[in-house]
Amino acid sequence: MSDRFDQDQSVFATNVETLPGVPVEPGVPIEEGPAGAAEPVPLSQWQLFYRRFKRHKLGVASLVILILLFVMCYGADWIAPFPKGQQDLTPGSENQAPSWDHLFGTDQLGRDYFSEVLYAGQVSLRIGLTVAILSTLIGTIFGAIAGYFGGWVDQIIMRTTDLFLIVPAVAVLAVGQQRFGSSAATVSYVLAALLWMAIARIVRGQTLAVKEKEFVEAARAVGASGRRIVLRHILPNCIGPIVVNVTLAIAVAIIVESTLSFLGFGVGSSWGNLLNTARGNYDNNVHLLYFPGLAILLTVLCVNALGDGLRDALDPHAKH
Amino acid sequence: MGTLLLRRLLYSIPVLLVASFLMFWMVRTTFDPTARLRVSRDPAVIEEERERLGLNDSIFTQYRVWLGDFIRGDWGESSRTRQPVSEVIPQAFGNTLQLIVWGVLISALIAIGIGVYSALKQYSAGDYVFTGLTYVGISMPPFWFALIAIHFLAVAPQDWFGLSSPPVKFVGLHDVGSSGLNWDYLQHLILPVLTLSVQLMASWTRFQRSSTLDVLSSDYIRTARAKGVPRGRVIVRHAMRNSLIPLVTVIAVDAGLLFGGLIITETIFSIPGMGRLFFQSLLQGDVVVLEAWMLVVAIFILLFNLFADLAYGILDPRIRVQ
Repeated sequence: MSDRFDQDQSVFATNVETLPGVPVEPGVPIEEGPAGAAEPVPLSQWQLFYRRFKRHKLGVASLVILILLFVMCYGADWIAPFPKGQQDLTPGSENQAPSWDHLFGTDQLGRDYFSEVLYAGQVSLRIGLTVAILSTLIGTIFGAIAGYFGGWVDQIIMRTTDLFLIVPAVAVLAVGQQRFGSSAATVSYVLAALLWMAIARIVRGQTLAVKEKEFVEAARAVGASGRRIVLRHILPNCIGPIVVNVTLAIAVAIIVESTLSFLGFGVGSSWGNLLNTARGNYDNNVHLLYFPGLAILLTVLCVNALGDGLRDALDPHAKH
Repeated sequence: MGTLLLRRLLYSIPVLLVASFLMFWMVRTTFDPTARLRVSRDPAVIEEERERLGLNDSIFTQYRVWLGDFIRGDWGESSRTRQPVSEVIPQAFGNTLQLIVWGVLISALIAIGIGVYSALKQYSAGDYVFTGLTYVGISMPPFWFALIAIHFLAVAPQDWFGLSSPPVKFVGLHDVGSSGLNWDYLQHLILPVLTLSVQLMASWTRFQRSSTLDVLSSDYIRTARAKGVPRGRVIVRHAMRNSLIPLVTVIAVDAGLLFGGLIITETIFSIPGMGRLFFQSLLQGDVVVLEAWMLVVAIFILLFNLFADLAYGILDPRIRVQ
């Protein structure tokens, strides 16, 4: 409770340094402008961001857990107690309940389930990250173009987002999987193609608002090119929504991918696949259902909490 | 209002046409309707069939012919069951609609209740508990929730209490030979509706909480309190009415998306609705059903998006002026 209160106070205090309407480019030393000039030793945007983020306990904890998850999944060759797919062929070694030998028990083929979950995590996490980065990239580019140039370019891009929004996503993904195959890369591309609209709309809106500001006019007056204005002056002002969108997209991508894999349309060997296999005989081994699902839940939970932390740290106007 | 509606409808038509063409193209070029002939028949027969189905024309011609038929109400015949698609889809649609209506109704009521409570008691223990639960609800894959719910609410209780049949059912909407609104229907409905409600409830609750907080901090609420309007009356008459406006639009958009999003719920619970129809048609390459399905679902998503826009305009006079 008091924790939350402190946090609000801190956000309020930092408002002084980043007043609305006084955008400061991240990483660039402040040379002019009323806010920068008033400060004796101006903190860089990254220092400010780091300070604010540190106070968001949930966000920091989530980041730590996520890093641990990544290390465990990608270091599975060293961390996993058993090699990938190794079966224990002694009778009675399949469908074991969790024990100290097998932390998550064993599956219907006598494989150590903890190792299996770690290896499957590689696929799920990779797809989550790829989709998030790709969709954010596409959305940011289209959003910035639409907002900056306006006119018919804007019309076409915005009608295209409308178009993608009315398409039933899971259905298209399933058909797309039949059409383009189911390698991790193609599934990521198709997913990214269906997730870029939200960020495009946000970046467009932000661009529309920022491009009327005086500092953009000043940049144009001294002869900055359109590309430079967008990259150096407009996009840094959208960094909050963009970063938050990355986390949201990771969460959505991991859930949708696991859903597709569960239906049998996924990449194979991800957490969703383990659940698909486990579903068949949950009468005698429910534990097989728990762990991949809990892994998804934990990952997405942390990604969402991290997103909240980043949102607060990057947006000085945010209330909580 | 009328002109706004008209303008939005006119805008939507080209968008819908392009979307439906893309989906048509994707389905047509992914599946081969003559695949089942390939094993036993000679090439000449297959060629004749392709000609009969118009598969040798350009994709644009195929689309024009298909769309013309679709508008005239000739949706073709399912290659899987040999039933006309214009009967299959409305049938499936009815079942899906039952799930959506119950799911949306229950989710909305609970979300409004908890959302308003959390906002009024901001940072209380209850608020923290509910906010934590919404976090979990949003982060949980619905299909996993369904599997866990089947285990703990239907399968495991049989062992615990020595029951002869599961307390809640998880196959279909009715037992064989039963129909209508009865106890049996309710037993079948609980798990699927719960499954599809978890995410809706979680995200709507968060939404309602923040929109209530926004309204509560606005000046006219303080004015109303200062005038001496009792607290309860301020909350119900002044705050809630306005805080519900954004939620209405979110509900409309999400409800539209549900028409395509019940694939998981219906597949797990074997409910013969739109989602399961899609899944089965996809597995068997039933092109005719898939094409019509895509367009019908897209139309519904579009209609609900339109409804959301209009509702916002009607409920919030500030938008109407613009």
